[in-house]
Amino acid sequence: MSLQFIVDGLLTGSMIGLGAIGVTLTYSILRFSNFAHGDFMAWGTYATLAVVSAIGATFGKVAPIGPLSFGWPLLVALVVGMAFTALLALLLDKVLFSRLRSQGQAIIVVMASFGASMALRSLLEFTFTSRPTYFSRAIQIAMPVGFGIRITPDQIALLALTAVLVLGVHLLMTRTQTGRSMQALSQNAALARIVGIDVAKVVRVTWIVGGALACVAGVMIGILVQIRPFMGFDMLLPMFAAAILGGIGSIPGAVLGGLIIGLAEAGAVQLIGAEWRAAVSFIILMAVLFVRPIGLFGVRER
Amino acid sequence: MIDLVGYGAFFLTTALIFSLVTLGLNLQWGLTGLFNVGLAGFVAIGAYTSALLTTPDDAARLGGFGLPIVVGCAGAMVVGGVAAALTGMATLRLRSDYLAITTFGVAVVVQLVALNAQKLTGGPFGIGFIPRPFGGLAETPLLFNLSNLAVVSVVTLIAYLALEHLSRSPWGRVLKALREDERAAISLGKSARFYRVQAFAVGGAIMALAGALQAHFTGFIAPDNYLPILTFQVWVMLIVGGSGSNLGAVVGSVLVWGIWAGSGTATSVFFPPEQQARAASLQIVAIGVMLCVILLIRPNGLFGDRPRRARFGKRAKLATAKSSSNS
Repeated sequence: MSLQFIVDGLLTGSMIGLGAIGVTLTYSILRFSNFAHGDFMAWGTYATLAVVSAIGATFGKVAPIGPLSFGWPLLVALVVGMAFTALLALLLDKVLFSRLRSQGQAIIVVMASFGASMALRSLLEFTFTSRPTYFSRAIQIAMPVGFGIRITPDQIALLALTAVLVLGVHLLMTRTQTGRSMQALSQNAALARIVGIDVAKVVRVTWIVGGALACVAGVMIGILVQIRPFMGFDMLLPMFAAAILGGIGSIPGAVLGGLIIGLAEAGAVQLIGAEWRAAVSFIILMAVLFVRPIGLFGVRER
Repeated sequence: MIDLVGYGAFFLTTALIFSLVTLGLNLQWGLTGLFNVGLAGFVAIGAYTSALLTTPDDAARLGGFGLPIVVGCAGAMVVGGVAAALTGMATLRLRSDYLAITTFGVAVVVQLVALNAQKLTGGPFGIGFIPRPFGGLAETPLLFNLSNLAVVSVVTLIAYLALEHLSRSPWGRVLKALREDERAAISLGKSARFYRVQAFAVGGAIMALAGALQAHFTGFIAPDNYLPILTFQVWVMLIVGGSGSNLGAVVGSVLVWGIWAGSGTATSVFFPPEQQARAASLQIVAIGVMLCVILLIRPNGLFGDRPRRARFGKRAKLATAKSSSNS
């Protein structure tokens, strides 16, 4: 068995992990599993793609940075896309989720997110058709790094970006007042309100962080694989499995869970075949639910 | 005119098969409060089980046992029920969201097996030559459609009456009690998990039966029939009809299927052929928005019995009057 699966697994795992951070935050702070999270990914990616095309139309062809397949337009577009996805999440919360949350039936919110997911995805299909597109059609040469492993410059850059983002979110959660408020609300909502935590602000930050990271994960898929309206929906099960494996509410857990699932998927692709890939996250999910339902870093519900 | 009757029969048959799925979902969600977002998977399990049991022997894949259709349907219910029971046992001791995520995963895996386990399911091309109860009548479409409708109507009626009876039985009252106030029900000595697994399994069996009926009615099944859109349609049907009400499940199914088929016909008339795929996705957007709007403004649907929290004044009185007349 070639060790190449480690690189593939780490990359898939980064995409899953970045998405799972949003899932785990919504689950622990807003107390519902958001089935529309995958579609935030897809919307963010298409928004980024639209900005890249707009920049391309204004400034003409821009040379890529060093050995990478993309230039500064993609970086600018990614920031715009992240902002857009965060706004989309906030908007959806305002018109739909927050109203249902105030009625107090958590599971209705899950159902609404399922409906919203269907509508968002089909709207993408309507606008951009279901034909796959790409950020760049350039082919990159993978460099050998020993042990039979090859890696492209894009892949190195994206792994580094993931590491920076995860570190950033971790610092936000542990070193800032906002982050500590978020943790407090997820651990004990009633007590958090009593000590005067601004719940509305925490909810906003949750959506902004979740939406922005979903966009980055989506763009990573767009750069390394392809862009399709279903790209986010197909990531939904791995993301949920990663969030539960890591322990709901734990950011390091979500990332580690994502990496484990990514590596397991890449290993399964080598051993069994690519067509069974999607079953891997289900098997891991079931195993976690049977053996240790609170996950690796989870805390028992209070 | 005769064409119209034939089409009406065809339409109603499909709608009633949908309403059978919705009845199963109503038992799970409406009565017991169990959230199933992978029901397409259970419908698919039923369809494939029955197809495997009843089709003539086929060298290209496993089975084709050539058994009678009734045996196929019974087998579908057993396998669907067992699959649902296993899903329930894995997740029902945990938070309700975990069941949602797991059922979602079940649908993904069933879809994967349907696509890839060629030996079992025929892969992307599906299974053909599934025996149809009135296949001999296919020469005269009107008679064929009407006899299908008769069979499906009878099955739906039986399921409806059985579920009505169940929901009024002591068993159904325990489920309602668990949904409304779990602690109170447990303190009366009812095992919450055991009752919920039962309800989930019976619901899954009904969904599988609907899948089997659909397979025997069209004679051909493929993985594409069981995409998440099916789950979504059935949810909209239940919410429109009003969760908790079996009558609502049936009426909601016919109504939503009418809207769906009608808007499908409209898009095929008003949009040029190359734009049809896009128009179809717009149809899904519309129905997704419809679900969200109903959840926001009328969460009880047309016939829903889910009692709202009593408020002061007229509304509270109305609510109590309504619930006392129901019981």
